[in-house]
Amino acid sequence: MSPFLRSYLTVVWFGLAAFLLGGLLLWLASLLRPVKPNPEKVLAYESGVNPVGEGWSQSQIRYYVFALLFVVFDVEAVFLFPWATQLERYGSFGLIEMGVFVAVLLLGLVYAWRKGVLRWV
Amino acid sequence: MLGLIADVSYWTQSLLRVFGGIVAILLPAGTIVYVFLFKMMSFMQSRLGPMEAGPFGSLQLFAEVGKWLQKEDLYPERADRFIFKMAPLIVLSSTFLLVAVVPFGPDAWFTNFEAGVFYALAVSSVSVLGILIAGWASANKYSLLGGLRAAGQLIAYELPMVLAVVGVVIQAGTMNLQQIVVAQNTGSIFGWAGLGNPYILTQCVGFVIFMIAVQAELTQAPFDMPIAESELVSGYMTEYSGFRFLIFFIGEFATAGVFAFIASVLFLGGWGVPFSWFGWTSIDSIDNWMNVVGPLIMFTKMMLLVFVIMWVRFSYPRFREDQLQRFAWKSLIPLSLVNIMATSVLKVAF
Repeated sequence: MSPFLRSYLTVVWFGLAAFLLGGLLLWLASLLRPVKPNPEKVLAYESGVNPVGEGWSQSQIRYYVFALLFVVFDVEAVFLFPWATQLERYGSFGLIEMGVFVAVLLLGLVYAWRKGVLRWV
Repeated sequence: MLGLIADVSYWTQSLLRVFGGIVAILLPAGTIVYVFLFKMMSFMQSRLGPMEAGPFGSLQLFAEVGKWLQKEDLYPERADRFIFKMAPLIVLSSTFLLVAVVPFGPDAWFTNFEAGVFYALAVSSVSVLGILIAGWASANKYSLLGGLRAAGQLIAYELPMVLAVVGVVIQAGTMNLQQIVVAQNTGSIFGWAGLGNPYILTQCVGFVIFMIAVQAELTQAPFDMPIAESELVSGYMTEYSGFRFLIFFIGEFATAGVFAFIASVLFLGGWGVPFSWFGWTSIDSIDNWMNVVGPLIMFTKMMLLVFVIMWVRFSYPRFREDQLQRFAWKSLIPLSLVNIMATSVLKVAF
């Protein structure tokens, strides 16, 4: 395996370590804790009254437009980072190029703003 | 943890790294909870805080863990059992993935990626998944609303955070966290190298935006709308009890520590001291004792930054949901874009 991939393999060990550590602690807890469920305990909590209807109730997901905007700006960030590391090499050409790119995106944000999308009603 | 021990076999090395990572997560988390959450909050509210377990309540943490271990582990009957159980672990794994990239000394690092900044920003958003899963799997109205609010908030503040870091990358000309540390400590302010050039001076706007975004990503007050106890009980954590709840809690404060580590690497010069003090010129000429002193410097800077986070948390009332979104989209994002353009103009001009 190349040293490059190997260094990324460390990330996998760190991810696994989180699950192992959490699992170990939960297993330890399972040796100590009582298990006495009853119908009242496992009811969904709704401030003391019996739950009304489904837990997965319909709710308005207000921010799906925000999520779309988020994707746009997140992809922009993907382009910004490689550009940022090489700015010294590109000089004023790269600067103007990225200025146009950012300006177009800012216009998009202003458009969304004017359309009232950014209002959380 | 150590690049020093390069002659040790791969598996031993990985094991040591993982142990180092666990220490780098649990030690700051424990210290933060005791020093800031137990003691500083108490003093700011004119009370003593825990005083019984150990001198000045210093063993309170162990008492708490012992208590939580004995609590019954309840599931709501309608819950989606498997992913309900997994959610806290996913939040915790986000913290572990994040700490993997933090450098603690010239050779004391877990991973040394060329795209370290990029990786850190990417994995920091894994916790959103865990929170959304927790909110959905609980089959509880409070949890669902809390989870949705958390997701909306985290994606809104992810952007200012990412864009604030671009300024640092422009100045350093690299995404490698080690080289960002070196660039700050070999830098000079108008030709004077006595202090290096920590980017908090030149990127002060970026630093403020980054810290605000960190506050929001950690859902600390004034950005704690997702767990607003006066309307949502405890948001996405409502149905969790026993040790699963404690894992959410540990994850929250461990992530605070790790974000503070990353902020100190990006803006405060990381593990380094200004290289001109000891006549170092590059990362290879650094004396070996920096591998011991480096982590201590990082810890000090982490405590300073977490102090600021907690200070804000204890001082400000909660934002309303619409104010919170408006602040991110209409103030922070345009401001950080302007900051990027200003930084790049100055970089090209000088």
